[in-house]
Amino acid sequence: MDGNFLPLLPAAEVLVTALVVLVLDLLTGKEEKGLLLWTGLAGLAIAAGIAVYLRGGEEGAFQDTLLLDRFAVFFTVVFLGVAAVTMLASVEYLRETAIREGEFYVLILLSVCGMIVMAAANDLILFFLGLETMSIAVYVLTGMWRSRASASEAAMKYFLIGAFATGFLLYGIALIYGTTGSTQFAGIAAVISAGGGSVPLLFAAGVFLLLVGLAFKVAAVPFHFWVPDVYDGAPTPVTAFMAVGVKAAAFAGWARIFLYQWSPLSGAWAPAVKALAILTMTLGNLLAITQSSVKRMLAYSSIAHAGYLLIAVVAGGEQGGQALLFYVVSYAAMTLGAFGVLIALKEGETDAETYQDFAGLGFRRPFLAMAMSLFMLSLAGFPPLTGFTGKFYLFRAAVAAGHTDLAVIGALNSLVSVFYYLRVIVMMYMEEGNAEAKTLSRAPYLYAGIIVAAIATVYLGIFPAPALDASLKSIAALR
Amino acid sequence: MKGLSLLVFLPALGAAALLLVPRRAVSLLFYAALGVSLLAFVDSLLIFWRFDPNVADMQMVERLAWIPSYGIEYIVGVDGLSLFLVLLTALIVPIAILASWTIHDKVKEYLFFMLLLETGMLGTLVALDLFLFYVFWELMLVPMYFLIGVWGGQRRIYAAVKFVIYTMTGSLLMLVAIIFLATRNYQVTQTLTFNYLQLANLRLPFNEQMWLFLAFALSFAIKVPLFPLHTWLPDAHVEAPTAGSVILAAILLKMGTYGFIRFAIPLFPEAAIAASPYIIALAVIGIVYGAMVAMMQDDLKKLVAYSSVSHLGFVMLGLFAFNLQGVEGGVYQMLNHGLSTGALFLIVGMIYDRRHTRMIADFGGLWKQVPMLSAVFLVVMFSSIGLPGLNGFVGEFLILLGAFQRSAAWTAVAASGVVLGAMYMLWMFRRVVFGPLARPENRLLKDMSPREIAMLAPILALMVFMGVYPQPFLSRIKGSARLALERVEAQNLGAPLVRIERESAEGSRRGR
Repeated sequence: MDGNFLPLLPAAEVLVTALVVLVLDLLTGKEEKGLLLWTGLAGLAIAAGIAVYLRGGEEGAFQDTLLLDRFAVFFTVVFLGVAAVTMLASVEYLRETAIREGEFYVLILLSVCGMIVMAAANDLILFFLGLETMSIAVYVLTGMWRSRASASEAAMKYFLIGAFATGFLLYGIALIYGTTGSTQFAGIAAVISAGGGSVPLLFAAGVFLLLVGLAFKVAAVPFHFWVPDVYDGAPTPVTAFMAVGVKAAAFAGWARIFLYQWSPLSGAWAPAVKALAILTMTLGNLLAITQSSVKRMLAYSSIAHAGYLLIAVVAGGEQGGQALLFYVVSYAAMTLGAFGVLIALKEGETDAETYQDFAGLGFRRPFLAMAMSLFMLSLAGFPPLTGFTGKFYLFRAAVAAGHTDLAVIGALNSLVSVFYYLRVIVMMYMEEGNAEAKTLSRAPYLYAGIIVAAIATVYLGIFPAPALDASLKSIAALR
Repeated sequence: MKGLSLLVFLPALGAAALLLVPRRAVSLLFYAALGVSLLAFVDSLLIFWRFDPNVADMQMVERLAWIPSYGIEYIVGVDGLSLFLVLLTALIVPIAILASWTIHDKVKEYLFFMLLLETGMLGTLVALDLFLFYVFWELMLVPMYFLIGVWGGQRRIYAAVKFVIYTMTGSLLMLVAIIFLATRNYQVTQTLTFNYLQLANLRLPFNEQMWLFLAFALSFAIKVPLFPLHTWLPDAHVEAPTAGSVILAAILLKMGTYGFIRFAIPLFPEAAIAASPYIIALAVIGIVYGAMVAMMQDDLKKLVAYSSVSHLGFVMLGLFAFNLQGVEGGVYQMLNHGLSTGALFLIVGMIYDRRHTRMIADFGGLWKQVPMLSAVFLVVMFSSIGLPGLNGFVGEFLILLGAFQRSAAWTAVAASGVVLGAMYMLWMFRRVVFGPLARPENRLLKDMSPREIAMLAPILALMVFMGVYPQPFLSRIKGSARLALERVEAQNLGAPLVRIERESAEGSRRGR
């Protein structure tokens, strides 16, 4: 065993933070739970600092199965940021409901630990370990609101479907290992390319199963059917975390495995992923139109955005990778913000979910409505917000790779999405609302989270250059 | 910031500053917004003063790297094609703000969007990087959506959503076309750029040009609106508040025609030539159709809205004549339409404010009650139908002159549109202004207030000036118009990339 444990450090630090929060939870009284939040945030910040400090270290841990290259660092910072905003946005929500703060933070931290391992894994087994760590924590998070039946139902569904997807994934890994004798990405690619272009059938089957497993995790059509119920039933902060964090982690896997390691084999998998991308965008958007609940609409919209991200996987190359990474960040900012506003509309024990809850918000709560408008316009792809910039690079990558058809389909899909995103704005500004309707009053943490998301949405739209450069360097580090 | 950038971002900065003004200070909000827009107008006059009429190329160009890894730059500049549209925009916005004095609800947001819209419009007119252009192009959309949707009439939500969906349909495809164009340019020249001036040098095969032209043209044709893509326009106009209608008619529609002459035609000249017979046909159909539908309207605002369809058909006809008179006339007519239709919407708004109806049948005999308003209405109407001595005549005359050299038959049909235009306008005017003052409600109407005079006085002065002495305008338009045409003519004379398609394109023109 070699002695290089450095690449493990960020994940380990998050794990330690989780344990510290767990112990603190036992030691603190009901009034002192704020300490848990700050401990968790500090832990996340330290982990981010470590990751950035260690970036570019080429030497891996455990016989190169865990790499903290720029790519892993990029995603690590994204996960940590997502976790931080999610924690900020959920403080007041948790106090309104009967969910225990301490356990909530611990589970978020644990799942982030899993995500970091996923992004850094250079080996199928390790990737799988990270995925399961993440997933199990999120299953529990989904069902944490025990007094609510729909949450329990969602957790059960999510767990069963997740186990199912895991089965696919594991079986795929087994087949790949069986045909190549290696679980490391590089080793697998080497064996296959040594075969001189012909791909063993069992290996292809393994890749296909792996693809299906990952498609479940990013909720690509036709493996999306669990999403609406699970997203709808879960407590809103958890939904936000799932829609953003889990999806980003799964796309880290897509990027490292398909975009880079197995890109020479793209002839085998690209057509399938292309079909997946088209189906996912189109169905996600069309179904989102018909929803009467904003939460479900956002669930379907997250499916549609997974479709946009798959465009980048199909496009491939440095441009595809760059677009993918940038869009993950864009998507994280605007989606977290949108869910944040949804949390703010919460009233007592019930979540605000329907379009009607947004009626008249524009002049009742101007700040919330303005933020929500920004997020909706950005998700719909209006410039100069980050959603537009992100889509621009996705389309650009697709066109440059010769997939102009994907860009056109993506553009038409954005048009469809305009329709339902604008409906929220119509409700907020153009319909008379219930003046009595309440929103979470005095929620400084939540507002801080929303403001962070809003600033990111605008900033990344107008000044995308730094984030784009970071994306490019991260993708180039894979080469 | 200096020059054009200052002009473009001044309204946006003003909009941001408005957010700091307390909501209750309604008149402070109004005066602040008016002040900002007037400041922008003064700035636009400075730009006019600095503009060198002897230079056909882009002037006052500012360049900044924006997203270097993608070759995206911040480039703005102005030439004879955009100069007067910039001035028109800077003039119309303060007038529109004056026209909004009757709005009492949610004033802060209203003025915020109004100023943001001005930034979007000015930016669209001066942007020379296609990415930047697209950003401003879409930036115009959102404030207008809010202006219609929040402060509009009964069916405002329907109209606002329709407006956005229509416009987005075209513009998203244009986005893909922009990306494709830049990618092709990269493949050929190995430089990644979205700079319009550089991309214009690229010669693509006819087949690709055609697809790209279609994508651009769809986006612009919806905005113009070219028949049969005009159906969003009456809804948007009728439901929008007065100031919204004014800006929509005076400036937003021009963005479509401006887009054609600035981008679609010079970037894809061969495709533009090949498509021109069809576009001319649609433009002429629009002229006649718009006029005939306008004649049937019993709502004043709808009548003016359909007259826009007709008038913009003239502009398109002029631009696609591909000769100097036609293009010059087209650009000139953009300004005329901006003034006359803008003023018509203002007057309709004034009448509506007084009577809360726009039905022609509810009026009659207004001359006796409100002579000043009626007299102004008369001049504006004459300008709109192109009476010699007023601005409309110059533009229409040049357009018909240019179009005649291109296609005598279509021009003859289009000229009948002039007659139809006179018919519906005069008939409407007779029913509203002349005759007995039959209805008792109309006996209480008040004549124009000083605020309303201030709104219309500059427009009337310009109508007369531009009708009598068009030279200062035409001389500045001419150079840039010639430059744009040279690109098209080079296609006819020079040795193009793909010979066979070029010949077939010419053949189809000969066949006409």
